Amino acid sequence: MLYAILCYHDEDLVGSWSEEHDAAVMKKLAVVQERLAKQGRLGPVARLLPTTAAATLRKEEPPLVLDGPYAETKEQLLGFYIVDCKNLDDALDVARELGAANPGGAYEIRPVGLFTPGGALK
Amino acid sequence: VSETDAAWIDAALTSARPQAVGALLRYFRDLDTAEEAFQNACLRALKTWPQNGPPRDPAAWLIMVGRNAAIDEVRRARKQQPLPEDDQAISDLDDAEGALAERLDGSHYRDDILRLMFICCHPDLPATQQIALALRIVSGLSVKQIARAFLVSEAAMEQRITRAKARVAEAKVAFETPGAVERSERLAAVAAMIYLIFNEGYSASGDTADIRKPLCEEAIRLARLLLRLFQSEPEIMGLTALLLLQHARAAARFDTDGSLILLEDQDRALWNRTMIAEGLALIDKALRHRRSGAYQIQAAIAALHARAERPEDTDWKQIDLLYGALEVIQPSPVVTLNRAVAVSKVRGPQAALEMIEPLAGKLANYFHFYGVRGAFLMQLGRNEEARVAFDRAIALASTSAEAAHIRMHLDRLIRDSQPRGAKAK
Repeated sequence: MLYAILCYHDEDLVGSWSEEHDAAVMKKLAVVQERLAKQGRLGPVARLLPTTAAATLRKEEPPLVLDGPYAETKEQLLGFYIVDCKNLDDALDVARELGAANPGGAYEIRPVGLFTPGGALK
Repeated sequence: VSETDAAWIDAALTSARPQAVGALLRYFRDLDTAEEAFQNACLRALKTWPQNGPPRDPAAWLIMVGRNAAIDEVRRARKQQPLPEDDQAISDLDDAEGALAERLDGSHYRDDILRLMFICCHPDLPATQQIALALRIVSGLSVKQIARAFLVSEAAMEQRITRAKARVAEAKVAFETPGAVERSERLAAVAAMIYLIFNEGYSASGDTADIRKPLCEEAIRLARLLLRLFQSEPEIMGLTALLLLQHARAAARFDTDGSLILLEDQDRALWNRTMIAEGLALIDKALRHRRSGAYQIQAAIAALHARAERPEDTDWKQIDLLYGALEVIQPSPVVTLNRAVAVSKVRGPQAALEMIEPLAGKLANYFHFYGVRGAFLMQLGRNEEARVAFDRAIALASTSAEAAHIRMHLDRLIRDSQPRGAKAK
């Protein structure tokens, strides 16, 4: 089963990381990702730009465009992974490993209903 | 404290600082007291966070602990019975934390941070003092770090900050929640101050660029913070985009000797694509508001450079138009001079030269003016007049950090015009 692992963290805090610390965290995460990829279990991975770059379309009539993320939360959605896991326990193990590489914040583990891989991006 | 703990705590304290010091300032209405309270809270955090783990809301924790510590200090000073030692107070904090976090509602939080930034922008303070004060108070850099970035001694920087603080203490800062007009005035002043911080880093010469790079990064962090507080302000989007788009080129701006590499000659593969993407996204968002402003226009110009895969792909026509719009909003001979560079690419050096001739009086002592004028003259084959202009430019060249930026334009134009100048001989 596919699981989305949604990464939440305080973006002010992540934005206060030094370049070196950021690079070190990304390197540690890459190790976990590489292993999952070798097992053929890693789908798309994304790190999102800060929520200040976001806009939100409220599907009202007429649709309303708002600046900023959908929800003002203490911790923000900063990225996600799609991982193939046997069950929730397995997905939690993956999340724990990712968490060991990048402590702080929270992961929401969400089973995927429909997955369309899309084509290769040009 | 392990290395991981130290890195995490350091980032947490830095990111919580503007909110925490801002709230403590509102509470105590005195900058020194607020800063000292925050310092005490940080010391406490360094002791307890590694053991107990991070609090749910670091800013709320720091505000609470800082406030209590300062109140104890006052009581002790009054020689009253001191409170029992704080271990008990700390274990009570978790319960109190939630209540306090609630009181720190969104509007306070915004205005606290804005106020903290705004007091650094006092109009009586010269730019260098504003920047130093903001880096000390808002960013929490040490005097040593700031002195290093400014290339002055620690003692000189200490004095500069002390003077600035004294000036701020005399000024009456409004602690009431500001009205819409006052808020937008504060926002504009703070945006200008953040831009100053950025330029202090950006205008560094090659040999000091690495030392001053943190100033650019800090300015971007503050701009993003401001934008998070005021999500729909197109000018703050424009400011943030402008800083990101300029800083994206940092790795390509200097060669190994530390000499400036001009935009046209930069290895565009070294440009930071993530920063460019963020800058372009912000410009996109800003323009939807159809409320133009100086930062948005400058960011749009930077965006056109960023979008060009090769120098010859640069949309100079659009850049000319944007400088034209900037001339309307923020008329200045320097803007016209920049526009003339675009005009020279679109309509040729004769039109560009005609455009800058009327500026001769206003820019009589401006190095860049003679550099640009000299280059246009050279392109027209008027080499003798060009040489006179260049000589004048060299005589006016200052050693200030600004000169590096000016020289970039000068060198580019000289290099550009050489082949044509040679043909004319």
